Amino acid sequence: MPRALKEKKGERLLLLGNEAIARGALEAGLGFATTYPGTPASEIGDTLARSARETGIYFEYSVNEKVALELATAAALCGVRALVAMKHVGLNVAADAFMSTLYTGTRAGLVVVTADDPSMHSSQNEQDNRYYALLAGAPLLEPADPQEAYAMAKAAFPLSEELELPVLLRTTTRVSHSRAGVEVGPLPAPEDRKVKGRFHKDPFRFVIVPSVARPLHKLLLERLERAEARAEESPFNFVLGEGEELGIVTSGVSYSYVRDALEDLGVEGRVSVLKLGMSHPLPRKLVARFLGSVERALVVEELEPVLERSLRALAQELELKVKIYGKGTGGLSRLYEYDPDRVRSAIAEVLGLRDSEPEPVWTSPDRLPDRPPVLCPGCPHRASYYALKLALGAEFEKTIFATDIGCYTLGLLPPLAMADHLLCMGSSVGTAGGFSRASDQRVIAFIGDSTLFHAGIPAIVNAVHNRHKFLVVVLDNRTTAMTGLQPHPGLEFCATGPAPAVPIETLLQGCGVRHVHIVDPVDLQKATAVFEEALKESEEEVTAVISRHPCVLLSSGG
Amino acid sequence: MPERLKVYLIGVGGQGSLTAARLLGEAALRSGVEALVSEVHGMAQRGGIVETAVLLGGYRSPILGRGAADLLLAFEPLEALRALGPLKKVSPKGWVITNTHPIRPITVSLRLGRYPDLERAFAEVKGHVKQFLKLDATALAQEAGSPLALNMVMLGALSATELLPFPVAALEERIEAFAPRFAEVNLRAWRIGREAIARALAAPAAS
Ligand SMILES: Cc1ncc(C[n+]2csc(CCOP(=O)(O)OP(=O)(O)O)c2C)c(N)n1
Ligand code: SF4
Repeated sequence: MPRALKEKKGERLLLLGNEAIARGALEAGLGFATTYPGTPASEIGDTLARSARETGIYFEYSVNEKVALELATAAALCGVRALVAMKHVGLNVAADAFMSTLYTGTRAGLVVVTADDPSMHSSQNEQDNRYYALLAGAPLLEPADPQEAYAMAKAAFPLSEELELPVLLRTTTRVSHSRAGVEVGPLPAPEDRKVKGRFHKDPFRFVIVPSVARPLHKLLLERLERAEARAEESPFNFVLGEGEELGIVTSGVSYSYVRDALEDLGVEGRVSVLKLGMSHPLPRKLVARFLGSVERALVVEELEPVLERSLRALAQELELKVKIYGKGTGGLSRLYEYDPDRVRSAIAEVLGLRDSEPEPVWTSPDRLPDRPPVLCPGCPHRASYYALKLALGAEFEKTIFATDIGCYTLGLLPPLAMADHLLCMGSSVGTAGGFSRASDQRVIAFIGDSTLFHAGIPAIVNAVHNRHKFLVVVLDNRTTAMTGLQPHPGLEFCATGPAPAVPIETLLQGCGVRHVHIVDPVDLQKATAVFEEALKESEEEVTAVISRHPCVLLSSGG
Repeated sequence: MPERLKVYLIGVGGQGSLTAARLLGEAALRSGVEALVSEVHGMAQRGGIVETAVLLGGYRSPILGRGAADLLLAFEPLEALRALGPLKKVSPKGWVITNTHPIRPITVSLRLGRYPDLERAFAEVKGHVKQFLKLDATALAQEAGSPLALNMVMLGALSATELLPFPVAALEERIEAFAPRFAEVNLRAWRIGREAIARALAAPAAS
């Protein structure tokens, strides 16, 4: 039983932000949860997966974020409280569906969790998904710490029901991956948890053809007005302190840095803080009152100046004279995650205080050697790369390696050095088509098993139909290793028990790939021979090698 | 007993520093001391740098500012130097406890970088922090019965400093409860680490 479930009401336990979200949702009567894993969101799904049996909720690792969101949407329309969790770029994959869910709205609470990754600890970009709230018109909750993540996950369901809109719960790495004491409440008894409902038809609301969509857009704007009224009185939006010299407007984890910085600088009495936990729609009255009560304002928010721009617009509209500081003050910029120093330097600058940078206690005479993560000893991906390298021989240099996301992306590093291009999950196969058409070079696409299911299949179909010529190597390690060994549709089990497998070989054949080879990369000689044959075939048509050997962590128990 | 403590743990993937950080946090919380533990996890692979901050006694920021760590607990000596140097994590009034057993990164085997001269670097660091303590925690873990108990040796070492804002027994209790099957080895490792640092502190050379 996951720790997030063990403890009883009133107890405080050290929970990861992501565990706290799972706990909050379960306390709120969650009945249906889906996800596609991705750092820093994975532990939300993993915790719910391990809670499914005891709580009776429906849980699945869906094939990708779009499908996960579509499932959760449907569940909520049946009257079952639903949550879908993903990493920030997952929302790009789900965006098409997400945009429409704001038009159709929801019946039972629907919570979409996006975990953003400022500083790109484990991501290809640091996009700020608060823009999705603005783009789609979604109420937005931004927790500052695990306790608030728990409280917001719990409150998001009734809020979503009241507004009839999905709610976007946006965390960041430092919230998702911090552990802190969280005081939990009671879990509903399994028999009180609604895991099945009934779908009541209403096609002129739920089938968004243009004539239906037009009034729905108007309805969305009306609902957002109600949402703004809720934001005005939300307990997640509050003012701290009474100082008039400086008013700090902040959201998310930045609030924690602000609090510590005020203590460090000893200026708590001179400053007041407006903490926005429900930051979209912006509670304009609350913000205007706050801006009117201080001499200067400083906006402290990581990544994009989302609040800052809204505040500037509001101040202009209301002709407020308050001077607003934001990006460009002290260490505040649009780049990377904030930290106590960056935030303290900005507050010090606005207050005209000196903030000294400590010297390192030691300076290295030479640059210390980097320590990049490496493939585990005995990793099957290394064997695949090695066999293919042998098969390529002198052609290695001329070959374009279109790679993808997973443990195998580490093939980038020397001595393998077998990665030339990557955009996002699934991009290897799509770009391989482009590389092969627009050059006369040999092209090889690498894609992991989980990634193939997630985003590779349409590109395979495309390659077959449009007669692209390249080799696809499916690095089939029988798991989603990178994010913590979650299952995928190619396996005989899912999160909650046995499941029918969708074999990759028949899938590829069904897509029209005529040459599909299966090798065990650990058998180097055989694997090299198969790669040699497949390389020849791929000069005529798209050809696949499934390089199949389980991840070593599967046998060592992770 | 001090009221607050900021610990910065650094090590290499697979050394168990995340577990050590979590046990510290749990022991504090159970003793009624606020705890915040921040981790960066992501990649399943081995061998990268793992940094964790454990903030005890009521801090809010999940990460440490520059020069903010009262105590550096380094599971690998190159990473100790990284924390002291380029990462600027440690306060000049801070304590350092480091494992002396090197794990060479791949960049060194590929000749993309040189592993630093530890003797020299440590001699330089010594005068610039309040306490500099080292132990071969890898060998001590082996001696306790398992290389996997390295993190328990390091926790034992930390416990000997008297910097913890909660009773040492609470941490020992967490270690015992953590993995019942390995409790004996883990407790032995904890005791060995604790004694090594207690001895170093008692020696007149330490000051
Ligand atoms: C849209 C999107 N969702 C999720 C992720 C997180 N993620 C990175 S790689 C990966 C899957 C890796 O699995 P697989 O392709 O089987 O490769 P392995 O790590 O097992 O080698 C996931 C889920 C992502 N980068 N982008
Ligand atoms: S976790 Fe598995 S797939 Fe990833 S590097 Fe290690 S062995 Fe390879």
